[in-house]
Amino acid sequence: MKRPSLLVIYAFAYLIFLYLPVMFLPLFSFNSGTIVAFPIKGWTLDWYRKLGEQDTLIQALWNSLGVGAVTALLATAMGLFAARAFVRYRFRGQAAAEGLVMLPLVIPGIIVASSMLVLFLFLGLQPSLVTVTLGHTFLALPFAVSILKSAFDDFDASLEEASYDLGCGVFETFRRVTLPVVAPGIVASILVTFTVSFDEFVLAFFLSGNQPTLPVYIWSQIRFPAKLPNVLALGSILLFASAMLLVLAKYFQRRSTTRDV
Amino acid sequence: MFKPRSEAARGYALSSPATAYVGFLVAAPLVILITYSFWTQTYVTLDKTPTLGNYRAALSDPLVHHLMLRSIWIAGAVTLATVVLAYPIAYFIAMKARRKTIWLLLITIPFWSSYLLRVFAWKLILGFNGVMNSALLGLGLIDEPLDFLLYNEFAVVLTLAHAWAPFAILPIYVSLQKIDPSLLEAATDLGNSPLQRFLRVTLPLTVPGIIAASLIIFVPTVGDYVTPALVGGSDGKMIANLIQVQFGAANNWPLGATLSLLAMMSVGFVAIVFVIAGRGLGGRIR
Repeated sequence: MKRPSLLVIYAFAYLIFLYLPVMFLPLFSFNSGTIVAFPIKGWTLDWYRKLGEQDTLIQALWNSLGVGAVTALLATAMGLFAARAFVRYRFRGQAAAEGLVMLPLVIPGIIVASSMLVLFLFLGLQPSLVTVTLGHTFLALPFAVSILKSAFDDFDASLEEASYDLGCGVFETFRRVTLPVVAPGIVASILVTFTVSFDEFVLAFFLSGNQPTLPVYIWSQIRFPAKLPNVLALGSILLFASAMLLVLAKYFQRRSTTRDV
Repeated sequence: MFKPRSEAARGYALSSPATAYVGFLVAAPLVILITYSFWTQTYVTLDKTPTLGNYRAALSDPLVHHLMLRSIWIAGAVTLATVVLAYPIAYFIAMKARRKTIWLLLITIPFWSSYLLRVFAWKLILGFNGVMNSALLGLGLIDEPLDFLLYNEFAVVLTLAHAWAPFAILPIYVSLQKIDPSLLEAATDLGNSPLQRFLRVTLPLTVPGIIAASLIIFVPTVGDYVTPALVGGSDGKMIANLIQVQFGAANNWPLGATLSLLAMMSVGFVAIVFVIAGRGLGGRIR
């Protein structure tokens, strides 16, 4: 048997480095002691049970779900049109347009957050879930565009031409030919943009006013050592939910696009 | 029969909602930030007489200098550490791994977990009474808790290098994938050792990926707020923390706007220098 090379050993060590830190959250969320340190005192589900009793947490959860859902729809809708334009058509300034749409990925969070706060107040919009949603849509758009671009990449344009030739109009062609083929990409985009919004903190911290999203709520709890086990339990649930959403998104993204029209 | 409009017109029409939205949310705040930076605020009264006072105050404040330089140096250290650690794994996935998709998925999953929670996990690990210290004590490797783990620049660099790992791996992986295998064969046929081949062919051809990875990490890291706030302590604070104070507790928006603009300009300047330097270095076989 071949001895594993150094590179393989390094690869596995790297995976451990990536995953181990995050694994401590779920591990200690079952610890009956309130201090996050070894040895673990005992195992308990109490911290999870107590989550349901906290009204502010439940409210923050609903806030996050609402913001995430609207963000996912807005970003995916705009991303869908843009991705189609970028893949299907050639036009002057296209590279600049594609670059512009990717810009939210690389602007430092604090600058996006502070400048949007100033802008929204200037426009007379008080910090609220509405401003958070507008900000999150901005952040999520590059993800939607890149996922949907790869969905349209796999799409054979001659299918649409065939549909036109057979007498279908623009909307009918979109509904009966284009939409079914790129549907997995749309689902993937919705899941990913929802996750981006659901996990985002800095923008929400600046823009949420007195309507905290879940990460903002967690931030307010982190400062109190007594609240630590709660944060651990809540955090573990979030980690699990995000991972599930991503795996689901990947599944849809990879799903074959060569299905019946 | 359906008559399509011109391609370009349809392209503009379809892409305009996205570009207009992003364009507006980039440009409008910038204009307002610039305007604000020329105003002054004392407590609640906003004086709209244009002045360079904020810039003068910010540029002559040693704290601002200090935090700006530290932000740039921390971001630089994070970039270097992340890229150096990520290169071998990107190489492994692109050149050696049999199940590339699985590896790529494994690498990206942690990135999708909440950034706030990942940083928080490091705070728990590195703390004085934290996971690492209690484990080492329990194993009898140390006699008393190590106090240099948390609340300093080291903690910030470590945490950020962990948080940004996928962003370094993916661009480098893509550039490795693009290398024509016949170039590697040619290098071997011409008598290069594997190391020579790597240094003369593989590494130079992946410079664009390395530059992309570095920019993707460096630019947002300079303005990172969460990590310095949670694990930086007073020795690890960065410019974003000062900006947040201006928009929050200090309630001096004009100064906050000025600092944001100065931070953006510094980041842009360093990034441009880096790209130019990088272009000169690589991209072709030596």
